[in-house]
Amino acid sequence: MMLLNCPWCGARDEWEFVCGGTSHIARPALTASDAAWGEYLFFRDNPKGLHRERWRHAHGCGQWFNVVRHTVTHQVVSVYAMGEAQPAAGKAPT
Amino acid sequence: MSAFRLDAPAGLWIERTRPVNFTFNGRPLSGYRGDTLASALLANGVRIVGRSFKLHRPRGILACGVEEASGLVDVGTGGRYTPNVRVTLVPLAQGLAARSVNCWPSVGFDVGALSGAFAALLPAGFYYKTFKWPSWGWFEPAIRRMAGMGRAPTVPDADTYEEVATRADVLVVGGGITGLTAAVAAARAGAATVLVASGARLGGGLAWRDNSDVRELASAAHAAGVRILSRTVAFGIYDHNLVAACETVQADGDPGPGAPALRERLWRIRARAVIAATGAFERPLVFPDNDRPGVMLAGAAEKYARAFGVACGRRVVLAAGCDSAYTVAAGLRAAGVRVEALIDTRAASPASEAARDLEVVTEARIAAIAGARGVRGCTVQSARGRALSIECDGVLNTGGYAPAVHLHSQAGGRLRWLEEESMFVPDGAAPGLTSVGACAGAFARAAAVSHASEVGEALARGRVAPPAPLGGVGRCGPDAQGGAAGGARGKRFIDLQNDVSADDVALAVRENYRSVEHLKRYTTTGMGTDQGKTSSVNALALLGAYSGRSPEEVGTTRFRPPFVPVTLGAVAGRRVAALYRPLKRLPAEAWHVARGALLENFGDWCRPAAYPQPGESLEAAAQREARAVRASAGLFDGSPLGKLEIFGPDAAHFLDLMYVGPMSTLATGQARYGVLLNENGTLADDGIVARLGPEHFWVNTTSAGIERTAAAFEEWLQCEYPHFRVLVTPVTSRWANVTVAGPRAWEWLAGAGFDPALSPAATQHMTLHDSALGGVPLRVLRVSFSGELGYEVNLPADEATGLLARLWAQAGAVGGVLYGVEALQVLRVEKGFIHIGTDTDGTTLPGDVGLARGIERKAANFVGRRSLTRPASRDPDRLQLVGLTPLDGRTVLPVGAQIAGRAPPATIEGRVTSSFMSPELGRPVALALLARGAQRLGEELNVYHLRREIKACVVRLPFVDPQGRRVHG
Repeated sequence: MMLLNCPWCGARDEWEFVCGGTSHIARPALTASDAAWGEYLFFRDNPKGLHRERWRHAHGCGQWFNVVRHTVTHQVVSVYAMGEAQPAAGKAPT
Repeated sequence: MSAFRLDAPAGLWIERTRPVNFTFNGRPLSGYRGDTLASALLANGVRIVGRSFKLHRPRGILACGVEEASGLVDVGTGGRYTPNVRVTLVPLAQGLAARSVNCWPSVGFDVGALSGAFAALLPAGFYYKTFKWPSWGWFEPAIRRMAGMGRAPTVPDADTYEEVATRADVLVVGGGITGLTAAVAAARAGAATVLVASGARLGGGLAWRDNSDVRELASAAHAAGVRILSRTVAFGIYDHNLVAACETVQADGDPGPGAPALRERLWRIRARAVIAATGAFERPLVFPDNDRPGVMLAGAAEKYARAFGVACGRRVVLAAGCDSAYTVAAGLRAAGVRVEALIDTRAASPASEAARDLEVVTEARIAAIAGARGVRGCTVQSARGRALSIECDGVLNTGGYAPAVHLHSQAGGRLRWLEEESMFVPDGAAPGLTSVGACAGAFARAAAVSHASEVGEALARGRVAPPAPLGGVGRCGPDAQGGAAGGARGKRFIDLQNDVSADDVALAVRENYRSVEHLKRYTTTGMGTDQGKTSSVNALALLGAYSGRSPEEVGTTRFRPPFVPVTLGAVAGRRVAALYRPLKRLPAEAWHVARGALLENFGDWCRPAAYPQPGESLEAAAQREARAVRASAGLFDGSPLGKLEIFGPDAAHFLDLMYVGPMSTLATGQARYGVLLNENGTLADDGIVARLGPEHFWVNTTSAGIERTAAAFEEWLQCEYPHFRVLVTPVTSRWANVTVAGPRAWEWLAGAGFDPALSPAATQHMTLHDSALGGVPLRVLRVSFSGELGYEVNLPADEATGLLARLWAQAGAVGGVLYGVEALQVLRVEKGFIHIGTDTDGTTLPGDVGLARGIERKAANFVGRRSLTRPASRDPDRLQLVGLTPLDGRTVLPVGAQIAGRAPPATIEGRVTSSFMSPELGRPVALALLARGAQRLGEELNVYHLRREIKACVVRLPFVDPQGRRVHG
């Protein structure tokens, strides 16, 4: 079970959180093509490596925040609030 | 007491003045306090403890600890029963009852042992190759019965378990001398240090040898503030250094009748740094018939002698591939055991030269064991061709050590092979975990202890730990093939628990199994409760030898948690019975129960299904209640209805983005029905939205949908519209909902003293009114889920019982009844109202159920909107909501029944989703999802249920009051 650092409550066990999947996906306008809308709904990258994703401290403050996590080692490289600038794409220490 | 009990000072841990009676397979036996079940059985001369898994060969005890492979028993009775436990880990307790596993009808005579006679027919992969036709399922029950390991309990566990979370700067796993040393060093350097030790005693291997150092270290640990958890096994290390450990709290048998005992405690320890000091296991030698009762690990035999005063044989032969056997020989002789000979697979060495008073045969192997039900002798074959027969009742063997690298490997650490010592050791530290002592491959005591101290201090200070001083155990080997010499008869076992022999590995290699992971699965070596603690290195050394590779090239299987079997009770902890899934309860539950409510579980809620009269069925009660609502009035507790309050300047705009219908156009005091979609356009929830003020809304969701709706609103607000000034506050438990519905609803309320301003003449359907009654604030919604004049009175939850009682006192005057969820369902189906999730599924769009009106006029890009214009969303063949009624006017269509042109198998055109007898119409009514349903009004259909065909007709919805006049009173 991972240890996630909620920006508001500090480090807590993973089971206090829910994962909302990939972050920073732009919601298309109503005029988007069927293909673009389908891309938004169903298609996600599945990287082996760093992944930007959003988590909610569901059994805590209820707040959403962003996490950069390595999908193999589960190392959390950074945590940043919603609306905060994305940290520069770094490399996970191996 | 018995010929196998040795005189003091042997037997450090037993109390000879305190005998303990127990039974084994019903036979009364006796041991001492301090014994384990294993030591007590050995002391009583019990050699055959069980039968093996596949071949049903008689098996005894192999080891003295957690690595035990063959001594498995079922322990206890009734609610205090544990199947398939290792005899070496069961403390002897008064009245303990143990039974062998894997034997029928008895351990002495086992029908399954006939399979041993056909052992040649049961090679690796036998089942996979043989039981293919007609199907594995055909053979499985009989084979499982033959192959079972213990019997599952038949009654619930009488005891309790709990879970504790804690954290540490440094967590040390292992209570031996290096673990203690590391813990003391870490604590002295200022780290909050926790040490978990699997045994009741600290000291590991020294606890039963020279333990003066241990006592000193233990008091130093206490003084330094180390928190010590004994009888606690760390069984897994998970992400970010979370170590799970299981503590045995109540081990001493049956605590007697009365309150349940706390049996085990699961620890979740989050540690900044973990130090593994888990020691090493002895590696057995492989020789013919090395599974016979009486063939044991040498170190285990020494421990039985010193700690428990038990001789594993009166005259034993030691077989060795490493120097430790000479220490064992000396220890056994000191305790009074006669050592007939020491057979060393290696050439003469300083150790063999030094053992002058011992019969030592070098460069020799055990070639045969005499005695199928217990060792009677052995044949020794030396390299010089000399064969020697020795009478003995025990063959104690050791081929070297296998460091317990399990936690290191679980943590993602790599391993490397030491050729000289013939063992896998950690290749440096694992992420977050550093090994010390024997599990690191450091066997020289002084060097290992000083390394442990350095590691403890370095990790406490956040520094990098120094590498381990490898070695100190001398040359081991030469290899695991001991006894592989051609012509040897008898099976040479690698894995005693799974009956895997060297021949099975050879067969797997001939069939081109190259990967150790494949070998494990094909032969089943390393599986079961011991997970290969004594077998894995021998298996992969043989795999290497047969395929011309070194063990390093072969590699090991990945170690996974748990290190030892963990009871389901410990994992479940307190999350059992009523606490498994705690139900939500009505604030007025007691009042309903007193009125005869039949409570049932609906999703998370426990609530009245109906209020049956004596002798009345649930169904009949629901019919009576629904009839009364349409004839006069009914009182319903709708408190589980989901409730949210939405505040803020952008609240109206936000709700327009959430709901299919427009909400910003609501005037204060107006209410509107709305549906919520997900981005895929399918129906997620529905309910009433009402405006309390310019920047304040009241939102009802379904009882089951409140959590996900509130979560979805928050996600949209925080992640997509963070600039919106909106607050979403869930208030479900704050507000009770008391609903009065029926033509005489207002008469009832007026009689109870409600404000005349709420009368149907003064208010409109779909409106919200702030009101009060007797000083209690009310939010009264004029809405209806029954089609009748309806008032939903929302009030503070703790006032619910008072209002229900006040209304109930007036019920007689209007012929009012209480009604439950079942009657509510009857009423809403008569009106054609859907229930999300019942009459819809994960594909249902609002247009499919007639709820897409007005979308074109709306501007907001509400959730799911774009999905409604996809080609698939406009498919004319989509399933659409229809009403159905049976042609015979009598048969209630079964929910889930399929609609098709002819008896299935056929193209399914739809299904029945809700169905009841209508008390209002006197005939059955149903809702269904039907392909092109909207265009099939009046069509006759075939409905199929369990091969029964029912003719039904598509009819217009709603069934009752199509003009919708009744809601106005």
